[in-house]
Amino acid sequence: MRVHLHPQHRTVEVTGRRRVGQLLAELGILPGTAMVIRGELLLTEGEVLEEGDEVEIRAVISGGAV
Amino acid sequence: MKCTRCRVKAEVELRSHNAGFCRPCYLFYFRRQVERAIASEHMFTHEERLLVAVSGGKDSLALWDVLAESGYRTTGLYLGLGIGTYSDRSHEKALKFAEQRGLELRVVSLQEEGPGLAIPDVAAATRRVPCSACGTMKRHYFDTAALAGDFDVLVTGHNLDDEAARLMGNVLHWQRDHLARQRPVLLPTHPKFVRKVKPLYLLSEYETAIYAFMRGIDYIVEECPNAAGATQLLYKDVLNRLEHASPGTKLSFVREFLRSAQPAFAVTANEEPQECASCGMPAYGTLCSFCRLVREVEARRSPSRAAAPA
Repeated sequence: MRVHLHPQHRTVEVTGRRRVGQLLAELGILPGTAMVIRGELLLTEGEVLEEGDEVEIRAVISGGAV
Repeated sequence: MKCTRCRVKAEVELRSHNAGFCRPCYLFYFRRQVERAIASEHMFTHEERLLVAVSGGKDSLALWDVLAESGYRTTGLYLGLGIGTYSDRSHEKALKFAEQRGLELRVVSLQEEGPGLAIPDVAAATRRVPCSACGTMKRHYFDTAALAGDFDVLVTGHNLDDEAARLMGNVLHWQRDHLARQRPVLLPTHPKFVRKVKPLYLLSEYETAIYAFMRGIDYIVEECPNAAGATQLLYKDVLNRLEHASPGTKLSFVREFLRSAQPAFAVTANEEPQECASCGMPAYGTLCSFCRLVREVEARRSPSRAAAPA
């Protein structure tokens, strides 16, 4: 499957069926710090991703000035 | 996973609340959380005029969306920081959001306010951390815009993660005066100040991002280029690791601080401010922090002029 990472503007190819939570762990992304989007829908950690899926992982952290 | 409210398939899981939501229920939940914060902290009423500081990011646009949808009298304020294409794109997002909804957006551009006032120029001239200069500039222009526009309240999109990171920094350095002012509502300490409120203070940035996504809000996803290496991001990372190990940590950290500890610091707050000798805005010395910063920039740009008496 193709995984688009934003805002890094990077795409990675991942082979094999797996749950969203597992994909995040493999990419070193903590749940709650990024949205996982397939098409027009958000996915929870328990959702299963199939081989041909295309998903976006969009980080939600912003900041600078305290 | 099923929606906690209506039992259909959930699209969102919130571990901190031990809950899941489908899209309609999530939007209901989010709006209700904002309304509860506004009501419980007596932030503002439907009759008051609100100036909403918008950056083009998810938090401020999500907040403006909720407030406008709820019938509050809002005007947006976008401050152009002059941070290259990042500021250009942020401006576009804020403008597009306002135009699509028929909302008024006021724009102040630092580059047009004076030479050398864009954040990268100020940071370079004063050798300050960009985020520090940015904070000083924002506070001044937000205050002056609220005063000039005769607004009742200044509303910002600070979220739970912002507040938790700020609290961590204030506690690590025991910044008693900062802890005294860390509240979701800051009442004016001078006639030239307006009430400042943070309706998203108990909603995480994950929650605001989800709301923005579900509402189709086109916000700037990119991080401010100056934020790389910022201390606040380090604190957020630490807090997110704690949150992962123990969901709800950020919420209880901020909520319990406000409930149990903050009142003790509030009694140590500084005296009321005087007026700045240069711009007339409230100041805790002869000059306000903005004018001190501008003097510093001028001194770097033209040492002889800055040395002359005011």
